[in-house]
Amino acid sequence: MASSSGLPFDPRVLKAPHPVPGAPDNWKRFFSFNTDAKVIGIQYIVTSLFFLLVGGLLAMIMRGELITPPADLVDPSVYNGLYTMHGTVMLFLFLFPILNGFNNLLIPPMIGAPDMAFPRLNAVAFWLVPVFGVILMSSFLIPGGPSASGWWAYPPVSLQNPLGHFINGQFLWILAVALSGVSSIMGAVNFCTTILRMRAPGMSFFRMPIFCWTALAAQTIQLVGLPVLTGGALMLLFDLSFGTSFFRPEGGGDPMLYQHFFWFYSHPAVYVMVLPVFGIFSELFPVYARKPLFGYEVVAIASFGITVLSLIVWVHHMFYSGTPQWMRNLFMVTTMLIAVPTGIKVFAWIATLWRGRLRLSTPMLFCLGGLVNFIFAGITGVMLATVPIDIHVGNTYFVVGHFHYVIFNTITFGVFAGVYHWFPKFTGRMYYEGLGKLHFALTFVGSALNFLPMHWAGLMGMPRRVASYDPEFALANVLASLGAFLVGVASIPFILNMVSSWARGPRAPANPWQAIGLEWLLPSPPPAENFEGDIPTVISGPYGYGLDRPLVENEAHYIARAQED
Amino acid sequence: MTTSSPRRFPIAGLFLIAGAVALDAWAGVAVARLSQHWLPVQASSAAPLVDGLFALESGIGTFIFLGCCSVILWTLLFNRAPKYDLRNGDPIEGNLRLEVTWTLIPLVLVMAIAWHTIQVNRTLATLGGKLRTTGGHDHGAELVAQLPAGRSEPLAPVGPIDVIARQWSWEFDYPNGVRSTELHLPVNRQAEFRLISLDVLHGFYVPAFRLKQDIIPGSEITYRLTPTREGRYRLRDSQFSGGYFSTNQTDVVVESEQDYRSWLREAALLPLQEAPNPADSLYQRRQERGDRGWAVVPPAPPPRVNVSADPAALHDA
Repeated sequence: MASSSGLPFDPRVLKAPHPVPGAPDNWKRFFSFNTDAKVIGIQYIVTSLFFLLVGGLLAMIMRGELITPPADLVDPSVYNGLYTMHGTVMLFLFLFPILNGFNNLLIPPMIGAPDMAFPRLNAVAFWLVPVFGVILMSSFLIPGGPSASGWWAYPPVSLQNPLGHFINGQFLWILAVALSGVSSIMGAVNFCTTILRMRAPGMSFFRMPIFCWTALAAQTIQLVGLPVLTGGALMLLFDLSFGTSFFRPEGGGDPMLYQHFFWFYSHPAVYVMVLPVFGIFSELFPVYARKPLFGYEVVAIASFGITVLSLIVWVHHMFYSGTPQWMRNLFMVTTMLIAVPTGIKVFAWIATLWRGRLRLSTPMLFCLGGLVNFIFAGITGVMLATVPIDIHVGNTYFVVGHFHYVIFNTITFGVFAGVYHWFPKFTGRMYYEGLGKLHFALTFVGSALNFLPMHWAGLMGMPRRVASYDPEFALANVLASLGAFLVGVASIPFILNMVSSWARGPRAPANPWQAIGLEWLLPSPPPAENFEGDIPTVISGPYGYGLDRPLVENEAHYIARAQED
Repeated sequence: MTTSSPRRFPIAGLFLIAGAVALDAWAGVAVARLSQHWLPVQASSAAPLVDGLFALESGIGTFIFLGCCSVILWTLLFNRAPKYDLRNGDPIEGNLRLEVTWTLIPLVLVMAIAWHTIQVNRTLATLGGKLRTTGGHDHGAELVAQLPAGRSEPLAPVGPIDVIARQWSWEFDYPNGVRSTELHLPVNRQAEFRLISLDVLHGFYVPAFRLKQDIIPGSEITYRLTPTREGRYRLRDSQFSGGYFSTNQTDVVVESEQDYRSWLREAALLPLQEAPNPADSLYQRRQERGDRGWAVVPPAPPPRVNVSADPAALHDA
């Protein structure tokens, strides 16, 4: 990760107050309270990829249990703990942190800012992740095991506390989720402020890359929704540990109230995760199709359409929970409306591909796979919004299939695409295409085999969260388990690729994909303060492929500077 | 779904597109028909309505999915850059007319589906009042859905049958005092239930009926449905209820009016006995093996009933 200027490292770093890219003993900075957004970004991404492996391991034990109808591999109580922790780890320790990692890496360079607006707050937000990660993992070790009430933690099940201990799995779970909420709110304040206040000269909102638009749209949801979940979690904690009865029916509380608190945030949470991935798709399709993003302005505005709608759909998770008819109808309409802004994006990506010159590199393959999967997930999403269909398939494996099509087959595909695409920029090394394509092929086949049969099981009436099931669901479950193991195998080429490329991969040039964007006018890896004192003035919108227009004033100077570094 | 202006298209291109759209529409219709085979038998008056909506959306969904995928496939086949070709594609930045079209078409489409579904919801109307049974404030019966206005059934509804959910057993109490862990209903007659949970949230779910309703502790929910096909169907707990959640299932037996009456009569003569349930036996076995595993709430005592469900009976769906 050294520069090519004679010294084995960039001499400027010696004057820096903290270790920065290119410095000797480079690895140490990743274990320190570092305030450099690029260090924090990599900290987030590596931490969350570790937890992806943890969550994936839990998933494979679950699929091992579900490969046969009876509960024979693990006790049902263990199964309940496993599925609860699988969901919690994947959401709060994999997806949220990894997307915050992308925000940290990409937002400052993309808008030409030297760093995040509040670097110390940024570091605190990151360091909360390992803290609540350890809290959550430690619940595996305490008597009684981890929380086993599902990642929704619906009371009264979540309040039952069978052993009666003060420190129990549920207690640690709520603590971890509340800390995760605090961390995400800190992150959201930082990302929003940075995007609103720290753009380079000339970088108006409608010259911003779509990733920044979607990040802003997603972080707005965090700011509006997370306080509600965190409040709900605290009330749950008081009910569990301090004898209140907000949600306890025997004390006059109402368990339904919790569901409103929970879903008011946790449905939009899906959009917090999917919006940045829409951003990644919108960045990558133009690069690898060599065309401008079709309908840039509309795609940008559609992000905020999703933000607004996401906050008024939560009751669709409660259609069968004793919800009056007028609410069912109202929330069905709002939920179905989400198809409009997401449809705009999907059609815009397809139109971007049309008559392009497609390069099927690993990131592009993950984007294409993710796009096809997302279209499928959108269609099953409209089905789930339809009240009578939801009343039949709600809380069944149909829903499990649907949201894994969103959360894995779309969001995680987009995350992988992003990891490969920006890997050279931030590590300074190229990855190996062959291993990347192998990773894609195994993941694509494995995930379809895993999640497609779940829809069928759900239509036939298999409830979600079961440790055992009737024999008629065996075929769907065997297929799903085989797919899950294949997805597990797919992680091997991925890990090999990342580790070996970062250690010994060929050096990356400043702009290996001939991409257009401020981050590609920086050396790979970029110096600590990105453009430092020499911030470019943006003179045109992004994605000018084939338009022969410069992105910034004096572009040749920046290209030359990036190359000589 | 084409993205370039039709002016530049030769007639052959138009025919190609028309053919592709026709093929896609045919596939949509085929999948809509096929979709009915992915569902259990229809055993309630709600089932055909639900399945109809599912077929409709499967058809439209297939049309959209295949349409999008064919365009993507087309670009993959014909718009690939050869290796080392660094040139750019056509610099098309957008097309306002096209963007307005693909905003309006989905908007009209989903609103039409929603409108149609609201009509179906009105017909379905299975949910009755919800009465808070605990807590200091008694709001009285809170009507959460409109009752079906003109009931066509000649007979008054059966019931109300109390559906009592526990961790992890089902109990059905009939107005004549019969208690059972198996739900018996006469065919083609509306049945009325009072859904009661004694501990946590449970879900009353019969896949063959396509109906599901959460049971909320502290509330009593009135619920109505009409079985339309004789047979034995699974009733499953659909809302996660802790430890042995997955074992919390029993059967609904839909039978002729005559059989139902004689079952009810004979059941009343049987003595009350503890009904075994799988959660209880699994828990006993766990205790015998040294209580290994993670913490779990002990199951509620098995209900004392006149009729126990037969665990060996085969269900139709």
